[in-house]
Amino acid sequence: MSEITLQIDGKEVRATEGMTVLEAARKAGISIPTLCHHEKLAPFGGCRLCVVEAEFRGQKRLVAACAYPVEKDLVVRTRSEKIDRIRRSLLELLLAHAPDSPELKELAGQYGADKDHFEKEAMFCIHCGLCVRYCSEIKKMNAVGFVDRGIRKEISFIPELALKECNGCKECFPLCPTSYLQAAFVLTEALASPAASTGTMSKK
Amino acid sequence: MARLNSPEELEKVRQDISSRRDPKKPCISICAGTGCIACGTSEVISAFKREIGKQGLKDQVDLRSTGCHGFCERGPIVVIDPEEICYLQVTPGDVSEIISQTLKEKKIIDRLLYVDQVTGAKTVKESDIPFYKNQKRIIFGPNRKIDPQNIEDYLAIGGYRALAKALFQMTPEQVIGEVKTSKLRGRGGAGFPTGVKWEAARKAKGEPKYVVVNCDEGDPGAYMDRSVMEGNPHSVIEGLIIGAYAIGAHEGFVYVRQEYPLAVNNLGIAIQQDEEHGLLGKNILGSGFDFDVKVHRGAGAFVCGEETALLMSLEGKAGEPKPRPPYPAVKGLWDKPTNINNVETWANVPLIINQGADAFASIGTEGSKGTKIFSLVGKISNTGLVEVPMGIPLRDVVYKIGGGIPGGKKFKAMQTGGPSGGCIPEQLLDLKVGFDELTQAGSMMGSGGMIVMDEDTCMVDVARYFIDFLTEESCGKCVPCREGLRQMHKILTRITRGKGKEGDIETLQVLAETAAEASLCALGKTAPNPFLSTLRYFRDEYEAHIKEKRCPALSCKELISYYIDPAKCRACMICLKKCPAKAIDGGKKKIHIIDQEKCTNCGNCFEVCPSRFGAVKKISGEPVPPPIPEPERTITRESKDT
Amino acid sequence: MPEVKAIMDTERIDRIIDKHGSEASSLIQVLLEIQKENHWLPKEALDRVGERLQVPMSRIQHIATFYKAFSLVPKGRHEVHVCMGTACHVRGANRILDTLKERTGIMPGETDLDLKFSLETVNCLGCCALGPVMVIDGKTHGKLTPADAAEVMKNYE
Repeated sequence: MSEITLQIDGKEVRATEGMTVLEAARKAGISIPTLCHHEKLAPFGGCRLCVVEAEFRGQKRLVAACAYPVEKDLVVRTRSEKIDRIRRSLLELLLAHAPDSPELKELAGQYGADKDHFEKEAMFCIHCGLCVRYCSEIKKMNAVGFVDRGIRKEISFIPELALKECNGCKECFPLCPTSYLQAAFVLTEALASPAASTGTMSKK
Repeated sequence: MARLNSPEELEKVRQDISSRRDPKKPCISICAGTGCIACGTSEVISAFKREIGKQGLKDQVDLRSTGCHGFCERGPIVVIDPEEICYLQVTPGDVSEIISQTLKEKKIIDRLLYVDQVTGAKTVKESDIPFYKNQKRIIFGPNRKIDPQNIEDYLAIGGYRALAKALFQMTPEQVIGEVKTSKLRGRGGAGFPTGVKWEAARKAKGEPKYVVVNCDEGDPGAYMDRSVMEGNPHSVIEGLIIGAYAIGAHEGFVYVRQEYPLAVNNLGIAIQQDEEHGLLGKNILGSGFDFDVKVHRGAGAFVCGEETALLMSLEGKAGEPKPRPPYPAVKGLWDKPTNINNVETWANVPLIINQGADAFASIGTEGSKGTKIFSLVGKISNTGLVEVPMGIPLRDVVYKIGGGIPGGKKFKAMQTGGPSGGCIPEQLLDLKVGFDELTQAGSMMGSGGMIVMDEDTCMVDVARYFIDFLTEESCGKCVPCREGLRQMHKILTRITRGKGKEGDIETLQVLAETAAEASLCALGKTAPNPFLSTLRYFRDEYEAHIKEKRCPALSCKELISYYIDPAKCRACMICLKKCPAKAIDGGKKKIHIIDQEKCTNCGNCFEVCPSRFGAVKKISGEPVPPPIPEPERTITRESKDT
Repeated sequence: MPEVKAIMDTERIDRIIDKHGSEASSLIQVLLEIQKENHWLPKEALDRVGERLQVPMSRIQHIATFYKAFSLVPKGRHEVHVCMGTACHVRGANRILDTLKERTGIMPGETDLDLKFSLETVNCLGCCALGPVMVIDGKTHGKLTPADAAEVMKNYE
């Protein structure tokens, strides 16, 4: 693995080939906000909070630090007026769904995001995907997954698997920034429980 | 026809086919593309078969059902060779007359000819019709001569000659060099230089390598790829094999939208015929080069037109795009070097190899070489597929080829590039068609959709329409796209319903920036374009909607009211009877009045009021005039004469 | 009450899987064929596919809902597809859709309770010259006004 030197916020950073900009920055003590990132999981690139400006061969563009591979002579800026503006906008979009999330509230404070900028949305999942990815990549259980796409995307437990396995595991629960995951699990249990049914919806 | 084991055998078979075809023998070509099938072409074809059989002409006349001819507004289309007589909007009832008059007596049937709307002049020959005359149909033109289900037709026009040349007279590097010199740019939307992309895939490390045809044409209003795939699948396959040879791939996939069953069908037949004749499979034409291709159907997701999402779909996964870098040329299908190109891009390759890069590059402009097939649709007289050289002024496309705007309406804008593109207004109509020119104007070439809009189109609604489309089609993975579009959609919908607020435009602009800069893939990054370009050129419409609650185009349902002008109403009772809400009050000689409380704004009355009266009006941004007093509602003889 | 095929027999499913190859990458092609034959994807079919292709149910669930070609509920006898492509939109497709929503009583994506009609919007059928367009059971109806659309629907009882 060859060594690669790049510049982050004016600082020369030594990284190894195959590292991401996020990994290199963290190694050098430079902080970049993240939400959907987890050390044990493959980069997801969904929340976009980690966007940084990358300049390569004269071309500047915003890229997700968690997924962008380090390159020789890459020049990275982790803060700018535009970056901050975009991060604030992203947080406001998410706060419309989950205004009480501790992670979001903290970041909102840092970037001056207004939780009331957008009207409240009913669904409080913010699609960081941590639960789905953890269950798939680490536990290899696939008890919870994504459903549908676009503005209709949701997470959903597979009842047969979840009812059998989750109570003995629950390792993904602390990962959820909004506690939607816990709510979804409780709902899944309730729907599957014979006592809660009206007769026709029981036993799937 | 047996398996072809060498270029010489290919040429021999070609000569054989040509020698069996008499160019003077009458041949009836009927368009059987999906568009004409929807117009009833199947019945016309059956009628021809029956009539030819009945009149004992089976050996004297050839009948060929071909792919799309392009003049979709006037289908079903029948062209009779060798005279090139072109009949439009043919019905089964016309068939026996065509056989007896035109075929037997060599007489032209005037009523089936093309008529110039302005001069009334009729045109007999297909190539003289202005719609066709002003095009340059080097890729699309052959559709007219080929039955896509018969490989012999493709061979007869020189098919697979380029493949033989590439395999036997050129090295892979030379093929790439030729494509690079031609400066061919991708026809799928991004316009990336094709040769450069091929070179990157060739140089990338990793085996096996793959080539893919992107036939997931998703832009609403665009159906060029469908017509090429339905009508001339061999041209795409030939290009693909040449590309595979150049890159060093031995396996290829054609990803076709599942909404294109005829394309899937004809492609499957073409592949099968190629395999039978040694043009696909092991040792193609005896060259030692192996290549197989499989057809893979999409399952209803616009985002799968994005190359990384398409690859995910090929792998049997949800079509969620992946971050780039790494680019597919380096790490694509199954993390192996993969080259994906659009249908039309592949279809250009045999032409470049046959005629040479310089000949290709002599067409078009400095930045955009060759031709482009566009689907010219919307508020245009001559709806259809048109192929024009890059550099042609947009005005020529709209007026010389398109025949202008129907109904005497005024041109307002042309939308290009689908949901990733923007609107070109009237003042920019002299713009020359090209990748960079369209991008600079705030739009983009895109896959080739050209939606023409007139004075009745609300540009705010156009922006809302595209955002609406994308909220459904977004994969939903990243926040700027999923959440940004969600909010943009809410705001734009409010504006079109008269609930716009101060600050809405600014909020939309921030969301647009967030999506454009921070989205994971090109769907999200280009999603704001329709909004940004309509704001740039039609800001007054946004302001009217927000500040005055007025829709200048009189289109937004919640912002218009229907009103019957008492000066023009002749109490014919047509609108009264057709009103589904029974909201019109009136009688035989009593001027009609719409009850605004009951009116549902369906617009039926506006449609059905006879044009000689034109009494129903649309009003926006101002109150509906109060009804005239009862006594004045009676129409007398005198009032009728004034 | 119309007959609804709740279970597709395992043999038929296996035949489809064998045709496409029982690799995980064949998932979409296999489901497309089951959808085409059966008009919807019953849970038993998904279980069998998951078993044979060695694909977790969470992924099958995602795919079956991500791609709009699939339906997890039975479809109606008549499938009504309204084109909402840009060209049709500009020619008034919204009003056609409103008419159909009214006549069938359902929203796009739904099937009525009698399993008579399924209403869907599609983005571009490629018949732009005929816009606005709707396709019912594979038959194309073009150049529609709302009144025409209502009239056509009367023929499907």
